[in-house]
Amino acid sequence: MNETKAAIEARGLCKRYGRTWALVDVDLCIRPGEALVVAGRNGSGKSTLLRVLAGSLRPDRGEVRLLGTSLRRGRAALVGHASFTYDLLTGMENLRIAARLLGRPSGPEEIQPFLDRVGLGARGADRVQAYSAGMRKRLTLARALMQDAPVLLLDEPYGQLDPPGFGLIDRLVDELRAEGRAVVLASHQVERLSRICDRALLLDAGRAVWSGPASELPFAFQRLEEASIRAVAG
Amino acid sequence: MEIASAPPVSPRAVRGALVALGVGILLLAVGWYQGLFVAPPEHYMGEVQRIMYVHVPTAWNAMLALSFAFLSALAFLWKNDWRWDARLEAAVEMGVLLSFLLCVQGAIWAKPTWGVWWDWDPRLTTTAVMLVAFVGILALRHLVDDPRKRAVWSSVATVISYASVPIVYFSVRWWNSLHQVQSTPQTVDSAMVTPLRINAFGMLFVLIAFVTLRSQIARRRLAAELAPPPAASTALAAGGER
Amino acid sequence: MRAVAAAFYKDLLLGWRGRAQGMAVAVFGATLLLLLSFAVGPNAQMLRQLGGGFLWVALLFSSTLALTESFRLERENRAIEGMLLLGVHPAAIFYGKALANWLQLFVLGLLLLPVMVVLYDPSLDGIGGVIGVLALGTAGLSAPGTLHAGLSSQTRAQQVLLPLLLFPLVVPVLIAAVRATSLLLLGDPMGQARSWALLLLAFDGVFWPLCGLLFGHVIEE
Repeated sequence: MNETKAAIEARGLCKRYGRTWALVDVDLCIRPGEALVVAGRNGSGKSTLLRVLAGSLRPDRGEVRLLGTSLRRGRAALVGHASFTYDLLTGMENLRIAARLLGRPSGPEEIQPFLDRVGLGARGADRVQAYSAGMRKRLTLARALMQDAPVLLLDEPYGQLDPPGFGLIDRLVDELRAEGRAVVLASHQVERLSRICDRALLLDAGRAVWSGPASELPFAFQRLEEASIRAVAG
Repeated sequence: MEIASAPPVSPRAVRGALVALGVGILLLAVGWYQGLFVAPPEHYMGEVQRIMYVHVPTAWNAMLALSFAFLSALAFLWKNDWRWDARLEAAVEMGVLLSFLLCVQGAIWAKPTWGVWWDWDPRLTTTAVMLVAFVGILALRHLVDDPRKRAVWSSVATVISYASVPIVYFSVRWWNSLHQVQSTPQTVDSAMVTPLRINAFGMLFVLIAFVTLRSQIARRRLAAELAPPPAASTALAAGGER
Repeated sequence: MRAVAAAFYKDLLLGWRGRAQGMAVAVFGATLLLLLSFAVGPNAQMLRQLGGGFLWVALLFSSTLALTESFRLERENRAIEGMLLLGVHPAAIFYGKALANWLQLFVLGLLLLPVMVVLYDPSLDGIGGVIGVLALGTAGLSAPGTLHAGLSSQTRAQQVLLPLLLFPLVVPVLIAAVRATSLLLLGDPMGQARSWALLLLAFDGVFWPLCGLLFGHVIEE
């Protein structure tokens, strides 16, 4: 249709859990090479949105299109709250299984670069049950990178990571964008993300209440906070 | 795959069900009268055999109810239409109720005839297995709160449980080759056939009425569970848009 | 096919790493065999006749433990969702897992078999046939067992729901496997064991495709 196809485009997404609505009529559109930050308080629907965009949750209404075709699982890599790993296996084994499932070469020498890239190079032979929460996060990140997907969805990317880990995320986002991939990050760390993303979407109670340039996100977030304080006070 | 919204409760279906219920009760009254007083007592079993006039129609209708549950489950998986979920719920409940009655009636009939409450006859045993299987499905429905998961999972469980029924039947039959031959209307007196048929149809009407009414009740619950999202709270929306 | 092999390999590796758990399940099965004989009393003749039945009841009860465990590992960190997100077809996940569970239950059966032989002293002439029946029967437990374990692992009351849904479904497996095993151990003058084995084969033939077809509905959210 227009100049470039949207990397990911969602229209009218609605998702409910039982009787509560986690998402109501959310639209979004990201072009390849863009980074979008989805902000909002706890329970505002950020994680649900990412899981819907990944194809992990089926929306009750609405549609997700990925590079112009309807969403198929496997096209968007998700780094979520769950690590998707087996605690009984080592980090290396977890990645090798993912590689086999993806039909990629799964020899140790092919897997090692992914471990190195997320800073787990020396710990690949340890079982995941011995990993700290931050190390698990890194392992999941390695797994998502291996997926080589046009869209990456990072849920609370800084959560559980140490300061070098923060730098790793910032660097990865830049690299992925340079490769022409779209990145969606969900977080309430608005200050830091507003610096590395182009655009922002603010969710509240499952609805998109604001969207605009990422640089203005901190102000929008503050206004939302004030509005809700007024609503509680009044 | 878009999911349709909740089906509305249909007053026409409720009226139809009430008419069917009336017809069914009328037919059952005639059938029971004939079965108890008009039909001749059976040659070998005597008066006890009169339980056949409820037992055999119960068996047919139990099978029908569970078959309808199976069809509803397939239809739900195929079409994703909530009306089939409501029908599934109604049909499984009625199937369980009728299978339970069937086992009780079987035991009541077996005691004076064979001298035991329970006989490992293939039909009786299959009914008991079906009863347990579908009670499990009802339990599943009660244990899952999310309406979509409840609908999909109970449909899946219904499909595979129903698929196993013929295999259960044949395996029990081989397992215990000493059993009664199937009684079909051809092997019994025509004075017995008439009340049997009337009762079977009477019970069918009652079954249709109950399934319809129960599925309308299920629709009412679904309508609450699948209500559209509430309107946006204006204070927050306005705060964001400024 | 490649994904099935990968999923199967993954489940085998997990089964091997968790072999302490597997051994505990086998010990549970052996304990059941011992306990079931107390229900009959020290009547050697009767115990010999019931041995085949006891073996399968012990196997059935132990199988729910093994099946539950195999999905506990998947649920722990939502690994199954992770596999779906890699674009793996649900049927591949199912067949990988059902094959691994089959192997696991078959090995469990092989471990329980000598226990049963020692406790109940059946004749050993038909033991080769019994191993064949074990393979067919555990296949009949594993396909519907994997489907229902996947389903019940996502509910409250998982421990009750799995047997409640699975046991009625596998009645034909139980009947056929027990009859075939008993005939092979006690003598089979009419050659009936063969037709029971065919019934098991038919059950497997119906449920392996059917459960694979339905598994996607159960694990997709």
